[in-house]
Amino acid sequence: MRIVGLAGSKVGSKTRTAMDYVKESVERQYPDHTFTLIDLSDNDVEFSDGRNYLDYKGDTGYVAQTIMEADAVLIGTPIFQASIPATLKNIFDLLPQDGLEGKIVSIYATAGSDKHFLIPEQQLKPILGYMKAQIVQTYVFLNDEDFLNKKIISDDVFFRLDRLVEDTMVLTETYRQIREAEDAKYDF
Amino acid sequence: MKYGLDPSNGLEFGLYTLGDHLPNPSTGERIPASQRLNEIIELSQLAEQAGIDFFSVGESHQDYFTTQAHSVVLGAIAQATEKIKIASSSTIISTLDPVRVFEDFATIDLISGGRTELIAGRASRTGNFELLGYSLKDYEELYEEKFNLLRQINEQEVLNWSGNFRAPLRDAHILPRPMHGELPIWRAVGGHPASAMKAGYEGVPMFFAALGGPVSTFKNTVDTFRQAAAQGGHNPDELPVSMAGFFYPGETTQEALRESYPFFNEGMKKTNGHGFSKQMFAQGADPRSVMNVGSPQQIIEKILYQHETFGHQRYIAQMDFGGVPFEKLKKNIDMIGEKILPEVKKHTKK
Repeated sequence: MRIVGLAGSKVGSKTRTAMDYVKESVERQYPDHTFTLIDLSDNDVEFSDGRNYLDYKGDTGYVAQTIMEADAVLIGTPIFQASIPATLKNIFDLLPQDGLEGKIVSIYATAGSDKHFLIPEQQLKPILGYMKAQIVQTYVFLNDEDFLNKKIISDDVFFRLDRLVEDTMVLTETYRQIREAEDAKYDF
Repeated sequence: MKYGLDPSNGLEFGLYTLGDHLPNPSTGERIPASQRLNEIIELSQLAEQAGIDFFSVGESHQDYFTTQAHSVVLGAIAQATEKIKIASSSTIISTLDPVRVFEDFATIDLISGGRTELIAGRASRTGNFELLGYSLKDYEELYEEKFNLLRQINEQEVLNWSGNFRAPLRDAHILPRPMHGELPIWRAVGGHPASAMKAGYEGVPMFFAALGGPVSTFKNTVDTFRQAAAQGGHNPDELPVSMAGFFYPGETTQEALRESYPFFNEGMKKTNGHGFSKQMFAQGADPRSVMNVGSPQQIIEKILYQHETFGHQRYIAQMDFGGVPFEKLKKNIDMIGEKILPEVKKHTKK
């Protein structure tokens, strides 16, 4: 299966630091699957202008097409101004309305304050639901105290992220089986 | 009714191709572009022989397509056929010069003996903007300006015009003129009711592509078009509506679904980014779905139900999408001519 780790910001380091660990965790626990890390700070992505995602070129086309080809997308997002960053919202705007249909999407958020704990629930999940994603309901929330000098220092963060990876992979595999069983009902 | 539609002929039935050039999903092989183009021309002849009313070719500038120069293909079809109506479906007027488009289509009309129509669209995939030197920022303005100019050229042989996207015309004499004075010009409408509204307000007939989903959803857009026409001071009864969509007949509904699924699914994946779930595709056989896939009897019932719902004057079927082998297309045209067309006509003639 194709898993994409999407680090959704151009600013800061916590989201990427956590994503590096997620990558390591997927590759350690699920070596047979492909993990592609997309860090939006490494990609020059245009703002959506409404065209079909296949018509974008360069980094924009690469990012949109890689996500569309994925079976699962693990999103890491910081919280900016009590919401998701515009860079991440733009990714959704680049994709078709039901672009996440049939995909498993899971989330971790990094924030400067625990007051933001419900932001993914109230602002990110509705977008994913509208785009027809199968959402891993439990997300991981990380704050400043979990990091030092671009390293994760809270030990429990590792097993919380490991569990998020496991939940993502279990749901992806389960959903694939459900879909195969559903498709087998039709003789075409 | 204007636009050459005769109610005593019943619901007009047509075929359209987007000129897609996709591999056959079961073999992975793709025929040469030359073969695909010649098969499209032959398809128009077979359609004419089967009694089909209309045949049209679309313009798409992207991978997996081969009728970018659709007016050239239509020129060949004009000569290969004798009585079937021919048209574009559609011409992306936004990124072409309306003067040149009119010259081409008036010429095709003269070659064909007055059988030519023009359907002007805005493009769903938009690679043509960059390719032909336009900005996607002007998507709406380009279409409105160029479409209006095209209509003016159609109505006036000599004209004065100025706009933002083309050099002005001063006492420009635009030739040749079509056989019947004017070409029937339609507005292509995709998913957006906003586009149907514009067609209605301007009093332009609508060609409406309805690829998948419940009939009731598309009914809203048709209603919107007629309401806008009335609000714009036009008589909705004088503005025809054409519906376009996926079509695939089989001996039985199961056979039609089984045969056509790989073509539609793989074709949509390659050209639009994602295919059909089997569940959604299987629902396509339901009378309430707009997709016309099934046994001839099932398709007849669906077309009549859609006719009752939309009150449209023409239906055009896309049945060659996704690398369908030509032998199959021939068989399907026979099924249309022998089974589907006589029933559709019998029940819709006035």
